[in-house]
Amino acid sequence: MILDRIWATGPEARLLPAEGLHGPTVAVMAMMSFVMIVVAAAGLALANAAGVVVSGSESRYIIELAAASAPELPRAVAAAKAAPGVRNVSAVPQSEMRKTLERWLGESANSPDLPIPAMATVELAPGADAAVVGKAVQSQVPAARFSAQSAQLKPLLASLRALQWLALALVLLMVSATAGAIVLAARGALDTHRPTVEIMHGIGATDRQVTRLFERKIAIDAIAGALAATVAAAAVLLLIGSGVSASAADLAWSSPYGADDFLVLALIPVAAVVIAVVVAHATLLRALRSSL
Amino acid sequence: MGRVQLSAIVQFESVGLRYGTGAEVLRDLDFTLSRGSFYFLTGASGAGKTSLLKLLYLAQKPTRGRIRMFEQDLSDAERESLPHFRRRIGVVFQDFRLIRHLSAYDNVALPLRIAGRVEKEINSAVREMLDWVGLGDRSGARPATLSGGEQQRVAIARAVVTQPDLLVADEPTGNVDAEMAKRLLHLFGALNDLGTTVVVATHDLGLIASNPGAEIMRLDSGALVDPTGLLRNPPRMDRRKTRP
Repeated sequence: MILDRIWATGPEARLLPAEGLHGPTVAVMAMMSFVMIVVAAAGLALANAAGVVVSGSESRYIIELAAASAPELPRAVAAAKAAPGVRNVSAVPQSEMRKTLERWLGESANSPDLPIPAMATVELAPGADAAVVGKAVQSQVPAARFSAQSAQLKPLLASLRALQWLALALVLLMVSATAGAIVLAARGALDTHRPTVEIMHGIGATDRQVTRLFERKIAIDAIAGALAATVAAAAVLLLIGSGVSASAADLAWSSPYGADDFLVLALIPVAAVVIAVVVAHATLLRALRSSL
Repeated sequence: MGRVQLSAIVQFESVGLRYGTGAEVLRDLDFTLSRGSFYFLTGASGAGKTSLLKLLYLAQKPTRGRIRMFEQDLSDAERESLPHFRRRIGVVFQDFRLIRHLSAYDNVALPLRIAGRVEKEINSAVREMLDWVGLGDRSGARPATLSGGEQQRVAIARAVVTQPDLLVADEPTGNVDAEMAKRLLHLFGALNDLGTTVVVATHDLGLIASNPGAEIMRLDSGALVDPTGLLRNPPRMDRRKTRP
């Protein structure tokens, strides 16, 4: 449908003067599409990050003991290991706990006077009952606290989800702004070429024939703008992506995007062009209906 | 010379037209135009000639009364149906209304392209028409490079290239010399012989005198002067017509 509107025959293409690829439509489409791609990319990266966090924590549980009960950690670990469905249990070394605390307490974290709680991570096999494991640990060490790692990550996940929704809202806002800009561009084009439109109507052109001329121009401008935006956005994302890859080299999560994500990002400029043409079509038909 | 069947192609019944909330510029128009006839529309400036022509070429709807054209009541016609009827009407505008960025050839070809004719057919029809109006060698020229008279001839070629059922011309000889005026009137006459109904708005008494077979419609302050009643009740019979 779009291609049909772009590849008009020679005489039809000549009905509007050739103006080249300048004018507000190209620039507006380029800017809007660029922002849409970058914001969508950020949203997808957040979604993937949340996914990584969730999948990494959903089978993980934590045994915590206050400093006073810390010596009971080996018994708690042994109880967990003996429970059904437990794949792995590993006590977090005191040195690592102190290293973590160093971020907040500095050198004081290494003070022997500082009470350090004890902690062990438990990885369950799929289908394992966490409640059974928790009871087994607490029957041996009543002071132990057994909790899901995901529960502690809930605030982080909520923030990531909120940012995803914000990204989606921004993309939709950009779509609305693009549609608004196309409405203005279509009306402006119609006003500029009003004499040609009147002549064509006068000698029997249908609204559809007149609309086709303007759709063609708007489609070409929209494609040019979307292409420019795609190239610019790809460059920016590659630049950011290379930085993320370098800093995440020591993490299991190496790339923020999967193949599906690239497909979604590639479809955004295509969707922007389709929206531009559809909006232009509707705007032009509506505007022409006000004439006889 | 030709014999034509005189049936109504246009019927106005109590037609009035006003722009906005102003006074009526046309009032109580009752007349019938016969298929294949030739009419001159005269009247002083401001009498309503251009407004009447606008009603005839469907650029305006009447504010009251009924208009039948091509055996259809078009007074309340849906706008989607109007292009079909407009393609049966050729219009020569007083200000030519050529598309500035198109060549003379493309301007003349426009009605045929809009009607969906194939390029081969368009090419021969347009070449023939441009030759006829004496612009065969200027087919590639844009309107801005043509004189007023040449532009008018392009406008006339565009109006007649589809051999319309109704030809409406607003001062078509206003910018051409006497010789070209004669040729253009001859072209209109030839089209008229083929069955086209021709309505020419003009102040040129010489033009009117050169076509004694034509009927004259005179507008006076928005009303049609029809002392003989012929416009309201045209003769419905075969008749032999004379041509300039």
